[in-house]
Amino acid sequence: MNVMTRASQWGELIRPDRVHGSIYSDADIFEAELKQIWYKTWVYVGHESEIPERDDFVVKSIGPQPVIMTRDKDGQVHLLLNRCSHRGNQVCLADKGNQRTFTCPFHSWTFANDGHLIGYAFPDGYQGQDKSQLGLGRVARVASYRGFVFGSFAAEGPSLEEHLGGAAETIDRLLATSPTGEIEITAGFLKHRVKANWKFILENECDGYHPAFVHASIFSVADSGIGSLYGAKSTAVTRDYGNGHTEVDLRPEFRRIGKPLGWFGTNTERLSDYAGKMRTAYGEQRADEIMIDGTPHVMIFPNLFIAEIQMFVLQPLAVDDTVQHVTALQFKGAPDMNRRMRQQTMGSVGPAGLLLADDSEMYERSHRGVLMREPEWIYLGRGLHRERRDEDGYLVGHATDEVPSRGIWNHYRRVMEAL
Amino acid sequence: MGDRVSLELLSDVQQFVFREARLQDDHQYQAWESLWTDDGVYWIPANGDSSDPEREMSIVYDNRSRISLRVKQLLTGKRHTQAPPSRLRRIVSNVEVLGTTDSGDIKVGANTMIFESNLRDDTIWATRNEYALRPQEGELRMAYKKVLLVNNEKALYTLSFLV
Repeated sequence: MNVMTRASQWGELIRPDRVHGSIYSDADIFEAELKQIWYKTWVYVGHESEIPERDDFVVKSIGPQPVIMTRDKDGQVHLLLNRCSHRGNQVCLADKGNQRTFTCPFHSWTFANDGHLIGYAFPDGYQGQDKSQLGLGRVARVASYRGFVFGSFAAEGPSLEEHLGGAAETIDRLLATSPTGEIEITAGFLKHRVKANWKFILENECDGYHPAFVHASIFSVADSGIGSLYGAKSTAVTRDYGNGHTEVDLRPEFRRIGKPLGWFGTNTERLSDYAGKMRTAYGEQRADEIMIDGTPHVMIFPNLFIAEIQMFVLQPLAVDDTVQHVTALQFKGAPDMNRRMRQQTMGSVGPAGLLLADDSEMYERSHRGVLMREPEWIYLGRGLHRERRDEDGYLVGHATDEVPSRGIWNHYRRVMEAL
Repeated sequence: MGDRVSLELLSDVQQFVFREARLQDDHQYQAWESLWTDDGVYWIPANGDSSDPEREMSIVYDNRSRISLRVKQLLTGKRHTQAPPSRLRRIVSNVEVLGTTDSGDIKVGANTMIFESNLRDDTIWATRNEYALRPQEGELRMAYKKVLLVNNEKALYTLSFLV
């Protein structure tokens, strides 16, 4: 579908209250997305706590491209491509580790962990070669927001701060729920593969309409309290931060309940070590406000989903092949809280998760659905008549309204048209 | 282990793991749950065979109450990923009594090959299983089951049947 290179075509696929089904299933559109989104705009890659020491590295990804996130001898973070500049072999086969150099096993070319070529075997065979031209490929721009490392393959473009915009505040809010103001990504990732387009997942993360139905089975047997947050009478709101970033802001519900740690289905007696550290760090009143509000539920376009106690990173591999990488968030210096976050995360997400296995079933069924010929369109008009601006000027709607999906598609159209 | 395993013990152990496999394949959730001791632990590691479930993510790391919750969810009939349920057949082989655990349970190893057919596609799973079995009221019960998926370092499709 090469016609998609003409900007005007996107308007035919993306309307204010609907999108064309082919936008999820067309392989040429997926290729266009790689160019316009994944290999151009800011994409979340990893967290600085995954490479705490000098010379640490961990293999992450940007879409289908594996990316080695390294910390060099000076502490600077680099995002390198795992492709030897000689004949394309892989220079790194471990998932993580600590090393200053990467040596290609094919002909023993050796690269420093900042990507530059240190040397090659039997150097007599090269004359006048400028080694500085033979470094590893790299992600052109690397930027970090409070420990969250993002990469952009485009040498120029909006800054990370411009890209995050108002959604940066949700990361601030997350970090405020840690008694040290820091999180750590130390629990390893579950990798859950689905035979579905990545945008079904992107849209579902802040879809407050589905939980009552998709998760009815677990809500009916577990006393989690999550179900009522997404009911017709919920006071929670969906929000469009612009730039494709969306949120389900559950604070109105948690404030109505008004109990510290109520958001996490527990209380300050059961997590007394955490609560005590929070009150020491922030003072009793502020700590209780933070512990009532809880952590955010926010989808940072295109691939970072912070879901209260866990983090998902979306990785599209093909038009109908996506991996959700998910781990429990861990607060530096809060072992009782961290244990509970790990236990709850393991129960609810990943391939066998009591919640996510059902979401993933829906992604796959939806993907098969859009391959059918009629009715062609996905209808996203829920709550159009009642959306409004909040005090910061962001569009908000009822917890179950499709404000997030519409926000995502507005941004998507803009970046896809920007040729 | 130097001791020879009696045919009777081996037979009891084999019958137990074969029965467990059949109950799983046939989605006999309550009968499967009744195989567990009250302190049962059901563990499916991710990212290799030696991760620490108290520090790192596992695909399943269920204590006895979460095993019960998992079964209750399946019994609602609204566990969408198992509605319709996967059609399953598994071969359990290489059943071996490996000795006794520190707490005196019978340590057993086996390999399985599982064929799953569901709405997505047909999928083959391969596992190494480790069990701790405990004689209780004249029958064996499962106090521990660890399932090592051969491909647990990779991204996995949904695994919502009892493995």
